[in-house]
Order: sequence, then structure tokens, then C-alpha cells
Amino acid sequence: MVITAGIDVGSTATKAVIFDGTIRSMAIIPTGWNPKETGRTVFLEALNNAGLQERDVDTVVGTGYGRVSLSFIDKKVTEITCHAKGARFLFPQTRTVIDIGGQDSKVIAVAEDGSVADFIMNDKCAAGTGRFLQVMTGILDISLDELGQMASGSKPVSINSMCTVFAESEIIGLLAQGVTKEAISSGIVQTIANKMISLTSKISCLEEITFSGGVANNPEICVILSSSFGAKFNIANQPQIVGALGAAIVGFENYRERGNKDAIRNVM
Amino acid sequence: MQSEMLCEFENLRAKSINLIKSAKEKGRKVVGKYCIYSPMEIVMAAGAIPIPLCSTKQDPIAVAEKVLPRNLCPLIKSSYGYAVSGVCPYFNLSDLLIAETTCDGKKKMYELLSKIKPLHLLQLPQKQDEEALQYWYGEIIKLKDRLEVELNVTITDQDLREAIQLLNEERRSLKDLQDIAKLKPSPISGVDLLMVLYNRGFSIDKEEAVLMVDRLTLELKELYSRGITSFNMKTPRILLTGVPVGIGSHKVVQIIEESGGNVVCFESCGGYKAVYDQVDEGKEPLLAIAEKYLRTPCSCMSPNIARFELVERLVDEFNVDGIVDLTWQACHTYNIESYSLKKYLQGKKNLSFLQIETDYSESDVEQLKVRIEAFLEMISIT
Repeated sequence: MVITAGIDVGSTATKAVIFDGTIRSMAIIPTGWNPKETGRTVFLEALNNAGLQERDVDTVVGTGYGRVSLSFIDKKVTEITCHAKGARFLFPQTRTVIDIGGQDSKVIAVAEDGSVADFIMNDKCAAGTGRFLQVMTGILDISLDELGQMASGSKPVSINSMCTVFAESEIIGLLAQGVTKEAISSGIVQTIANKMISLTSKISCLEEITFSGGVANNPEICVILSSSFGAKFNIANQPQIVGALGAAIVGFENYRERGNKDAIRNVM
Repeated sequence: MQSEMLCEFENLRAKSINLIKSAKEKGRKVVGKYCIYSPMEIVMAAGAIPIPLCSTKQDPIAVAEKVLPRNLCPLIKSSYGYAVSGVCPYFNLSDLLIAETTCDGKKKMYELLSKIKPLHLLQLPQKQDEEALQYWYGEIIKLKDRLEVELNVTITDQDLREAIQLLNEERRSLKDLQDIAKLKPSPISGVDLLMVLYNRGFSIDKEEAVLMVDRLTLELKELYSRGITSFNMKTPRILLTGVPVGIGSHKVVQIIEESGGNVVCFESCGGYKAVYDQVDEGKEPLLAIAEKYLRTPCSCMSPNIARFELVERLVDEFNVDGIVDLTWQACHTYNIESYSLKKYLQGKKNLSFLQIETDYSESDVEQLKVRIEAFLEMISIT
């Protein structure tokens, strides 16, 4: 039996999946300041969860911004390819992947055969990312879960700034005017939805849409996003691991195709 | 590729400064330019040395931002910063500058530059029909008149014809060189090709530069026939279009090639679009010059269908797998046009398209790597 691992070192969380045709185990830990060390730790934790040893794994594929820091992987693949793979495995009819991570947000158009047809990412700025939400919850002094709950069912106040720093000032102004936390929370989530809609308008956005990344953990935000898109979203039980799963699948497919890990080792 | 020929091109810029200096001491005049709309034939006919001016590095941008807004294209900021800080030797050596009303940012920057150096501004029309040609022809005549006065020379038709012949020959040699990358796998990297295209512009002896380029082309043919190249049949072949790129502003080209691709064609200003057509040697020289230069595709033209058609043609000729459309931050014309170019090509070609918006700084290199690596993965898998 072929067993592979996928490690996704994101800006906020590091994820690992052990895969043998099905998901054997997974692990998620905060990335912290040392992506190299964290990548190793999460790998061992996932192995432990599966009751496996490192030598049982045939190949390890790394992804995420920290992929370059991992010394024990056999191959690195970008998170674009991995998210498409992971999403198609979980939801085989996926044609669009929307991923909102800590530092990046991206929309991936998936071709009928499952390959990446096109993609678009946010610019080098926190607009429309998990970091944007984090900063905003900081001003409101609430958790991300509470943000979702407060946003749910409230009429959103309009927040015009996409820039995290300017949006912060705008919210401070709204609070001073006595606007409720609920309306602001709703406005914040709406901002993310608007940003994602503007990204998707540049590439073809077909159904089914699979939503991944840490922000997808929040059910109320998912509801608001999906109603803004006017489409049903597929959301995995563990939306954060889609990239790591995809990495493990890339390793699995390559290994089965070529039969040994030396053949897939690359030096990119 | 390691080659003596490439080294010669690498050293060309440093060498040319001294040559220009000694030519100036003997009374030659120097005319600086920024853009490929500047008709160098007339400068050559006037017996002056035409020279491109620095505009491709991050370093002088901080100085430029003391006057120019931060939210402006890095090429404009770099050009201005180089000029005002005195660190562009070619600017310092120039007796006159030629500039054009291309984009809004440039024309307003030129107003500032004209305060520190004599500058002749060509009013470039923003369409490419007969009416525009008549207007542009008038501008070309005015440039000739200005050069005659400023440099105290008389420019004859014969001078113009000789200059046209020489620069047609230069364009021919540069086109032949770039056409080498049509070979699969290409014997030259995009970074090396860009270096040659960029540096050769600084050579003051045009005849010699033509010979040098031709020798390099021959050498590359030879390498190809011996199967020597850093690429293979599976290397994704990329066409770069969009804003001008030079040495110092080539980070995207470098990332593409470090990630396993090969930039085989630069449709952009310093590349193919400058050399793919010629000045008609059979016509009245100034009119023929006006015609050739006005035909240049650029996003400042509206509409700019010539660019779309050229890219479409080059995709086939260079056997391209993917297009990278580069946009400098705050370059509205190329930024907006990217959408139209993508749509135009999608209707005709089955190939991948990536727009990258960035500046000259290194701050987004990691993010760019994700996009570019993902783009290459996408091309390689399909």
C-alpha cells in the first residue's frame, strides 16, 4: 500500500495529512515563528495520529508559503495545484475553489478533468484575507466565532476600505458614531464577500464551489459568503486541511505513476 | 549559457560611457531618449549619438518620490530619480532629450524634466489612422527642425536615407537574434536575451553592434545544432508582454526561469515590437519614419489592436505555452488592457494567461513565486 504525506505550511496554521487513498490522519498547529520546525512537528503529530512511523511514508510533498523551508520533503508544489486536488477529492464536482487563508486569498477555476484552468490571488495586501478579519476582531474585542455570530442576521453597515489599515480607522469612526457591533461585524464579513466576488469576476466561476481555508471554519461567515455568491458552497469538515490533502494526493498520484520517490524528487 | 559573446554584451555599457565621453570631447552631440517612439534615424542623420536613458532600477525611486507621487509607475519614478539625482551617466552626457506624450504619468514627468535639461516633446497621437499619421508626420518634421537648430547641423534626405538603412539593418539583426528562440528547446535564456537586447542599445557604434548581434545569433544556432541548452522539450515556453522590462527590472523574467520556465519571446518595448517592422526605404524619408513609428503597438493607443494581433502571431511563431502579461503598478493603460488581451486570446488560442502587477522592489518576490510556480504547474500538467 502507498502511504504519502502532505504538509501545508501556511502563514497562520501548518497542516499535515497522511493519505493512503483515503485520509488516514491529520494534524493542525499554529505556524508560529519557525515554519521549518513547525512543519516537522505537524508531520510527526499526523504520523502519531495514524499510528505510523516516518519510514512507513513513501513520499512527502510540501506546499504553502513555507514549503521552501521544509528540508525533509521530496517535492514541493504550490498551494494552487494542491487546493484544486484536495477540493476535487472531497467534492468531485468542484469547478471553483475559493480559499481564504491567513495571508492569501485565492480563487481557482478547475477544469472538467480536475486540472487547474485559471487562478487569481489577492495582491500583496491583507484585503480579503483571514488577517483582515483578525485585525477587525481585535478592534471589536471579540473572537472570530463571535464575529460570525454577531454578523449573522444583522444589516451590514457599509465599510468602504479594502485596505486593512484604512478599514481599521473606518471602523473606529463607526464605533464613535455609535454604530452597533453587530452591524459592523456584518459589514466586515460583507467586505470579505465583496473582495472575493471581485476576484472571481476576473475568472470563470462555475459551480460547484468549494470553500476552503481557516475562515471556512466559521459557519455564519460561510452562510453570508455563499448567499452573496448566490451559490451553495461545499465546505469540508476540516476546511483548513484541503491544501495539505492535495499535497498528499499529488505525492500519491506521482508515486503510483512512477513507483519510487527518487523519480519524483525535484530540485525546484 | 556561458559565452564570451555574452560577456562582451555585459561589458558593453561600461565601455560605451568612455567612448561617448571621448566622442563628445571631439564635438559629437548626444541625444537621450526613453521610449521606442523616439525616431532615432533623425538623431543619427544629425550626426549625434542616440542613447537610451536609465529607467529600470529601484535605487533612485526614493529620490523621485520627493516630488512624484508614490502611487505612480516605477518606470516613471526611476527615470525621474535617475535624472534628478545625477546618477545616470547617459543623462548627464545628453545635450538634448527626446520624449513623447505616451501615458499621462510620463508626459507630466517630462514637464518636470524639461526644467533641468533641454527636452523636445513629440506630441504622439493616440490612434493610428491616416489623420493621426498626418499629425505625427508634422511632429517628426518639427523634431528634425529642432535638431538642426539645437545641434547646429543640416539634415539632408541623403543623411536620413543612410540612417534609415543602418537602423533597418540593426532591426533586422535584432529580429534574427530573437527569432533564434523559436527553436525548441531555445539555446538562450530569457534573462540572457534581455541582457543582450538591453545592453546593445548603449553601443555607440551601430555597425559594430550589428556585427556583434549577428555573431551571437550564429553562435546560438551552432549551440542549438550541437544540442547545447539549459532547457528541454518539456520546458514551458513563455511569452512576456506588457510594460517595458530591462536589466534591473527583470525580476519576473528571473523568477519564471528559476521556476523552470523559459521566456522565449519579449513582445514588450525593448523586444519584438521594436524590430518586427521596418522603415520603408522607398518613400520620402520623414514620412516613412513617421509611418513606422506610429505603427508601434502600445497601450497608450486606443484602440490598440496591433498589440493583440502581434501577440497572437508570436504565440504561434514561438510555439508558446503560456503568456505572462506584466503590469507595473499604477500603469493604468496596460492594467486595463490586460483584461481585453486575455479575452481576445481566449477566443482564439488555447493557452494559459497570467497577469502580474508589481513594481521594481523585491518586497513581493515570495508571492510572485507562488503565482508563477502555480502557473508553470498549470501549463506543465495540461
